Amino acid sequence: MWFPRLASDRVLRLRPLDGPFALTLKQNNANRLYCLNHAAEQQGLHRDMPFADARAFCPDLQSAQADPMADQAFLLVLRRWATRYCPWVGLEQKDGLVLDITGSAHLFGGEEAMLAHMRQRLMRAGLAARIGAADTRGAAWALARFGEGVAPPGNPLPALAQLPVAALRLEDKTGIALQRLGLRTIGDLAKAARAPLTRRFGPGLLLRLDQALGDQPEEVSPLADPPHYGVRLTLPEPIGLFEDVMAGTARLLDQLCAKLLAQDVGARTLRLDLRRVDRDSQQVELRLARPLRDPHRILPLFERGVGQVDAGFGIDQLRLEAVRVDPLPARQLNHVSVTAKSQVEDLISRIGTRIGLENIQRFLPADSHIPERSFVVSPAAWSEPGSGWSSPRPRPLCLFPPEPIAGYGPRPPRHFRWRRMSLTTARAIGPERIAPEWWLEDDNWRSGLRDYWHIETRQGRRLWLYHTPQSPGWFVQGEFA
Amino acid sequence: MTAAFSDSFPLRPTRVHEACGPGAYGFAALSAAQTTGPLMWVRENWRTETLNPVSLAQYCDPSRLLMVQAANQTDVLAVAEEALRDGAVPLVVLELTQPLTLTTGRRLQLAAKDGRATGLCLIPDGMGSNAAETRWRCTPVFDSSDSTLMRWDLIKNKSGTLGVWHVRWDQSAHRIRVVPPAGKRPGSTPAPA
Repeated sequence: MWFPRLASDRVLRLRPLDGPFALTLKQNNANRLYCLNHAAEQQGLHRDMPFADARAFCPDLQSAQADPMADQAFLLVLRRWATRYCPWVGLEQKDGLVLDITGSAHLFGGEEAMLAHMRQRLMRAGLAARIGAADTRGAAWALARFGEGVAPPGNPLPALAQLPVAALRLEDKTGIALQRLGLRTIGDLAKAARAPLTRRFGPGLLLRLDQALGDQPEEVSPLADPPHYGVRLTLPEPIGLFEDVMAGTARLLDQLCAKLLAQDVGARTLRLDLRRVDRDSQQVELRLARPLRDPHRILPLFERGVGQVDAGFGIDQLRLEAVRVDPLPARQLNHVSVTAKSQVEDLISRIGTRIGLENIQRFLPADSHIPERSFVVSPAAWSEPGSGWSSPRPRPLCLFPPEPIAGYGPRPPRHFRWRRMSLTTARAIGPERIAPEWWLEDDNWRSGLRDYWHIETRQGRRLWLYHTPQSPGWFVQGEFA
Repeated sequence: MTAAFSDSFPLRPTRVHEACGPGAYGFAALSAAQTTGPLMWVRENWRTETLNPVSLAQYCDPSRLLMVQAANQTDVLAVAEEALRDGAVPLVVLELTQPLTLTTGRRLQLAAKDGRATGLCLIPDGMGSNAAETRWRCTPVFDSSDSTLMRWDLIKNKSGTLGVWHVRWDQSAHRIRVVPPAGKRPGSTPAPA
């Protein structure tokens, strides 16, 4: 099954439009056409054409940026869809699927009927597809790309004989060399003597031919289904009591955690869907400070969310899904007690359900002389405590945005007013010159160099003042303990 | 001034205390230096003043610190109550901006008792709650030879007497030293009468 215009069909499904359309991708510093729709091909455009040329040929061409990752994801979705025809579905390059329909074609009334069914479904979905069916993978590939239809069972050669040699999945170079030899079709190649061909082109060419004709085996390897971390519980009678919902959640959590354990992962985000009798559904989302898979630790964290749910006329289905999982390999027990740490993590998760997990933060040391950049703040749930705190000179315990005070000259003022207090300088230690980090854009440091002074006032307050010699002014930025 | 400093400080565990005055941050940092294990600091996220962990490092390890930024005072109190009741964090520091009612103060006390943790509210001057175990007013004091001198007034004490102490932080020994007030120190000239 080949999707010749997978990328553009995907985009046009989201945003249908008439007229020529192309997706462009930047390759080697040039915008080239990546995928185009039928109307654009009618205008004489082709793939890998520079986008500027295409615009010149066809002024009303509409375009968008290609997104190969999204195309790949879309192909995986199609792969999952294709398992409705047979359980054995693999990917074929970037824009094809390969299905092993052995033993399942009769369920759709034969191969022809099955192919018609596929075509009809794909056409309704707005996807151009070319489908070939044959005994071997190679023959099916050739039919999908260069012909269409079903090769008769037993011997695929008659169906392939008229197709060009490129249908054998050969390199371009080999294809051109075969053309020069006058071997244009697969039929010609099959009739030619094998030994000289091997001598000239190596074993690869005949391997491809034999694979297409069924003389050499070639397997279809299906993709493993990605593990699915979702469980559900459907109830014969609706429930509405808090304890009942928690008991149901506990049961689901046990199943889910067994699944997580089997895959060596821990849940980071969990979502509990509670479907009510009136088809409305309520959701409880839980984000955890650490990947977890212990039911008895996760369950209490759901209490707050479940308590806020409006059960209406009752809940008849519970569905629990681990939306985000992180690897959590089994850990060796050691002599250091880990209970205290996990207790704090549980506390973080619980607080996080109320005020948001990113609002619980930790300070990490940073390598900078700029006072406000000598530490970084990062969410505690996604960082480990850092070490290596050091300051060459005393720093204030409390930092605030600079507050201007009246002062002139490079020496700290003898008397000044700050926050409506009249203060007298009793001792001044400094200056400590800190230069802005010019490699970082920072509006607060536009005023240039700063000379910091540690001022002790006769009134007791110990302040951190600075003077900006390049644009004269005095500011208070912090207070010592 | 007969009460001993060691009766009141380190802060009595399983209770909630209050500190006010310009030296409240320093008081909280020195209290943190007396404990081990994690430390939680709960504040409202609109406040522009921030604790500087680089400076905190001289009192206690900043990696112990968990900073919680709550949206309003209700969230601050809820988070603090949760943390105190849980008991995983031995010291919880709250920065408050509005006075506490007796009920909320009492709830914090009960939570601290349940979780066997200590709470410390940093409050604006004159906004103390009646439920607090002790209340301290901390003001830095200028001293010609020392730049860590502070005056700690114990202005409320539920189980003991009040007192005033001058303390300083001894960085090399990593401990608090109580010093006699100025004028009564050996070698200093008495204040003019």
